[in-house]
Amino acid sequence: MKWFHISGAVGVVLLVIGHGMGLFVAPPEAMMGDVGRILYAHVSTAWISLVAFLLAFFAAIGSLWFGRRGWDASVVGFVEVGVVLTALLLFQGSVWARPTWGVWWTWDPRLTTSAILLVAFTAVLLLRSVIDQPDRRMLVTSVATIVAFVDVPIVYMSIKWWNSLHQDFSSPETVSSYMVTPLRISAFGMLFLMLGFVGMRRRIELIRLEKEWSLQPPPERPAALNLSDEGTQ
Amino acid sequence: MSVLVQIAWILQKDLLIEWRARSRMFALVSFALTTLLLFSFAVGPDTKALREHAGGYLWLALLFSSTSLLDRSLRVEEESGAMDSLLLAPTSPTAIFYGKALSNTLQLVVLGVIALPVTLALCDATLTGSPLVLLAALVLGAMGLAAPGTLYAALTARISGQQLLLPLLLFPLIVPALLAAVKATTLVLTGDPMEQSGSWLVLLACFDALYWSICGVLFGRIVET
Repeated sequence: MKWFHISGAVGVVLLVIGHGMGLFVAPPEAMMGDVGRILYAHVSTAWISLVAFLLAFFAAIGSLWFGRRGWDASVVGFVEVGVVLTALLLFQGSVWARPTWGVWWTWDPRLTTSAILLVAFTAVLLLRSVIDQPDRRMLVTSVATIVAFVDVPIVYMSIKWWNSLHQDFSSPETVSSYMVTPLRISAFGMLFLMLGFVGMRRRIELIRLEKEWSLQPPPERPAALNLSDEGTQ
Repeated sequence: MSVLVQIAWILQKDLLIEWRARSRMFALVSFALTTLLLFSFAVGPDTKALREHAGGYLWLALLFSSTSLLDRSLRVEEESGAMDSLLLAPTSPTAIFYGKALSNTLQLVVLGVIALPVTLALCDATLTGSPLVLLAALVLGAMGLAAPGTLYAALTARISGQQLLLPLLLFPLIVPALLAAVKATTLVLTGDPMEQSGSWLVLLACFDALYWSICGVLFGRIVET
């Protein structure tokens, strides 16, 4: 039993409690009725996807700085889970937007930025998948992750100049107190689930990188690079 | 040699390479013009729609051509290890980045200047604003494409047979620059009663400043490994 198994299990339990409360205990939303109950899934996905990309950004800086496999594997974990969460986010948003706004998609800053986030980080994963040299791959992944993350606020601000249709940010202050508790529980559930998945993905990536390293030591400068991960494992 | 002198040398070297291979530039211009023509076909002979979106077509044509241009500017250095020799010369990686980014900017501006009259003719658009604003939009927009483009071309230059990766990485990234450049250009072409083009140009300049500094720092790490 590793820490990420526990984290994932805690996340699932919290998600079940939070969504259960959101579906059966909390009152229906004043304007949207029962459709508004997607809030508990949608808002927590949105928050945690951004948390995943933020942590990917810090892991990428660490990977660039220390050049160790552990950091590299963390970047992969956070980016992959972030991409999955962003895809889910866009899907949930479309499902919700159809009955509420009457459209599946609109060119609102937050929607457009999420879509761009999704393609930008998918491209990072694609780029990573075609590089064979381990040290080069680590470097390229971290640089591409940093640049993609720095771009997010700029994309958001530039698209904001268009008219915005999206709800204001949902924060505990803008939501009725009956809805805050299930939202908080769902968000923490999503956070623990995300960390659990990232931990698992990181472990898989580390094993893969170690195997790659032991199978084919690169012919040039094998000793000069400090790629071992003994300290962190 | 100071960094500025090195930048000038790299710029001169890259422009000379492009000049000696003029046929490639000619192919690029033809590609941009073909793209413009295809946009007109895709929209149909609706003159009003064409006129309104002329700025967007111009920038999309430039964007599509830029991937080939950017890719080439770094790929020539990978052939026969030219980049290693450059670094051993020794040339600072910062100078290599800014020299190459400037050379790419210049080529994109030239491409834009050639494509602009064709766009105006095909879309039946006229210059209602100041040509200086249009030139500023062209130069700033080209800078916005060139800096991240040069960085990503360096990232993907050693990967063979993956021409799709550069546009895939670059296009989401340059959305702000594209948006601002298209807005400013469209305002010059269709009239700017609210005097908005200035603020779009400022936004574009901010984007350029940010990317020219960040990419300059990161480029060194990429080419030295």
